[in-house]
Amino acid sequence: MSTHSTDQSSYPRADVAPPSGTLFPHKHLLGIWGLDPTAIKHLLDVADGYVDLNRQAIKSTETCRGLTQINLFFENSTRTLMSFEIAGKRLGMDTISMSTGTSSIKKGETMLDTAATLNAMHPDVLVMRHGDSGAVKLLSEKMDCAVINAGDGRSEHPTQALLDALTIRRRKGSIHGQTIVISGDVAHSRVARSNIYLLNAMGARVRVVAPPTLLPADVDRLGVEVFHHMEKGLEGADVVMMLRLQSERMQGAFLPSLREYFHFWGLTREKLRAAKEDVLVMHPGPMNRGVEIASDVADDLDRSAIEEQVEMGVAVRMACIDVLTRNLRKEAAS
Amino acid sequence: MKTAFTNARLIDPATDYDGPGTIIVDGNIIEASGPDVATDQAKTVVDCGGRVLCPGFIDMRAHAVDPQSALAGGITTIILQPDQTSIIDTDAVVERIRHRSVDSQVVSVYPMGAATQGMRGEQIAEIGQMQQSGAVAFTDCNRAVANAQVMRRLLEYANHFDALVVQFAENPELAAGGVAHEGETATRLGLSGIPVAAEVIQIEQDIRLAELTGARLHFALISSREGVDVIRRAKAKGIKVSCSTAPHYLHLNDNALEGYRTFAKVRPPFRSDDDRVALIEGLADGTIDTLVSDHSPKSQDVKRLPFAQAADGIVGFETLLALSLAPVHSGKLSLMTLLKTLTSNPATLLGLPTGNLAPGSFADFVVFDPNKPSRISEKNMISAAKNTPFDTLPVQGEVWKTIADGVTVFERD
Repeated sequence: MSTHSTDQSSYPRADVAPPSGTLFPHKHLLGIWGLDPTAIKHLLDVADGYVDLNRQAIKSTETCRGLTQINLFFENSTRTLMSFEIAGKRLGMDTISMSTGTSSIKKGETMLDTAATLNAMHPDVLVMRHGDSGAVKLLSEKMDCAVINAGDGRSEHPTQALLDALTIRRRKGSIHGQTIVISGDVAHSRVARSNIYLLNAMGARVRVVAPPTLLPADVDRLGVEVFHHMEKGLEGADVVMMLRLQSERMQGAFLPSLREYFHFWGLTREKLRAAKEDVLVMHPGPMNRGVEIASDVADDLDRSAIEEQVEMGVAVRMACIDVLTRNLRKEAAS
Repeated sequence: MKTAFTNARLIDPATDYDGPGTIIVDGNIIEASGPDVATDQAKTVVDCGGRVLCPGFIDMRAHAVDPQSALAGGITTIILQPDQTSIIDTDAVVERIRHRSVDSQVVSVYPMGAATQGMRGEQIAEIGQMQQSGAVAFTDCNRAVANAQVMRRLLEYANHFDALVVQFAENPELAAGGVAHEGETATRLGLSGIPVAAEVIQIEQDIRLAELTGARLHFALISSREGVDVIRRAKAKGIKVSCSTAPHYLHLNDNALEGYRTFAKVRPPFRSDDDRVALIEGLADGTIDTLVSDHSPKSQDVKRLPFAQAADGIVGFETLLALSLAPVHSGKLSLMTLLKTLTSNPATLLGLPTGNLAPGSFADFVVFDPNKPSRISEKNMISAAKNTPFDTLPVQGEVWKTIADGVTVFERD
């Protein structure tokens, strides 16, 4: 018998307004760590509204008209960058994207100079991705505007965790009490970290399943159950989140081969039998078919929520930009 | 011209003397010291007001010579590490540093030579000639000599000259890419970790080689409980090993990295709190022989970077005494044991003439008030670089006067 209570009423109620009256009392969105359930729920609620908007023919709004958004990506990305750009445009913002590969701007020194330069152009929202853990936080100290972390090193990727949470909430009704399995390269994954913090904060039961070489030290201290066997980890799972296996980890010291990895940890229909009948399969993308996930599982319309995640991504990013610029827009209106 | 320092609490760690007394300095030599010394011949009499008077501190690991900053910390002898702009791996460089030190006559600077050429860990450096020119020990500084064959030959060769080999205990393969202690904090912050085993494996391997060769071996900057335990056992077996740590490892654990504070980025990394406590225990029972500042001034430019890219290091000269006194004030360490690690122990290990108050020896000593409360303040630091994680920390203990070569070179009200 699990000691983990699934009684809904036992969990702190996230729908009670905090004493300060502000549902999201933060200037930046640097990570899920440090956000309370109220703030997370608020972002998800706002995002829920944007899902409907995004399904209409006329999708753009005037919500943030006149504000400037800069997307600064120090790491290659297509889907996250696109998602942020679309989110900004649908809110009526002036969106500028700048993608510099890790090679051209490498030194953080230059990064801080870039920050100062951008700051002088008075953006209202800066979305940033960087290959070093903590780089976005460092940069946010130099910026006057709201900073959204679009992924820093192995540290955090908060909007990915939020869109995953929104997907689960819409599909499963709630996050609280769900058994959620995160499987794959947890050690090098910022997605895993942000998801662990968020799902724990919202009262889910989180498991990680991976070979020992792909688990970071003391990962159990983050409040997760650790499994090495896929079948055991999947037992009774409501949701399975697969992580992308970076190609540079595929060979060499971490894993013997892709074939072996797929054999033991690849998500297949057979292994999925251990999970609940209505299990939800998720993946942050882009997928390595036949490495961490079998094609028939990924394309299973009843269980796979992978495309829905992408849809939720735009809504969640609109919500983040909306919430972070609310004070600013109130100031502008008065 | 004679000067008397009266009404002091004399502590001479070399002879275990701790009691009231007076010191007479004649020129640059201590003429007499002890409780019943006549002061009538002295031209100047300095009343120490009951403060502690002990030999000037010997800092066995500094990456820069910062004389004024060192003197403010009571340090009269600096052991310079070979990781300078031009690596200290030839007798010519050693000689230049020694000459400059003798000429300046303020702080004594003795260099450690590189243990291998260019600190590359492949070929043994010219240990004999460097030693003749004044190098006091041999180390590759912040790189371990990891190749067991090279290390074995290095120890054998150095043993012939009775030269001390100083090893940085960190297995390079296990530590590759790591920037923090492997544990919960590093996992949460998404930083790649250095496991404790990286330190322990290197120590264990080298202890075997020290046993095999009979050479003297010193481990710089021990950071973990396991590391202390292994060295304790080796000492009990009679193997000629010794080790050091730095006072910041007695104060901080890996929680200090919270918020990606690069001022807490050091090598080896701050480890768990259990390790921190074990280091204090190791100091108290004599397993850890010396305390070093690991003084490495770093500018904002190399510190204000994403954590993984930022430079390691802390400025340590001026905080050495105050930070080291904390375990004394909390009753975990005796003042005598602490002062041994700062004076007589490094002097013995390196064969230096200083580190004692015996009549006839050089008048290098420090007078300090062990109880005076103050706050560490980067604004008040003399050092040009201010990279310390201890800014605003309340501490007890302050240097009052530093006397080097018979001259009062630093004093405070």
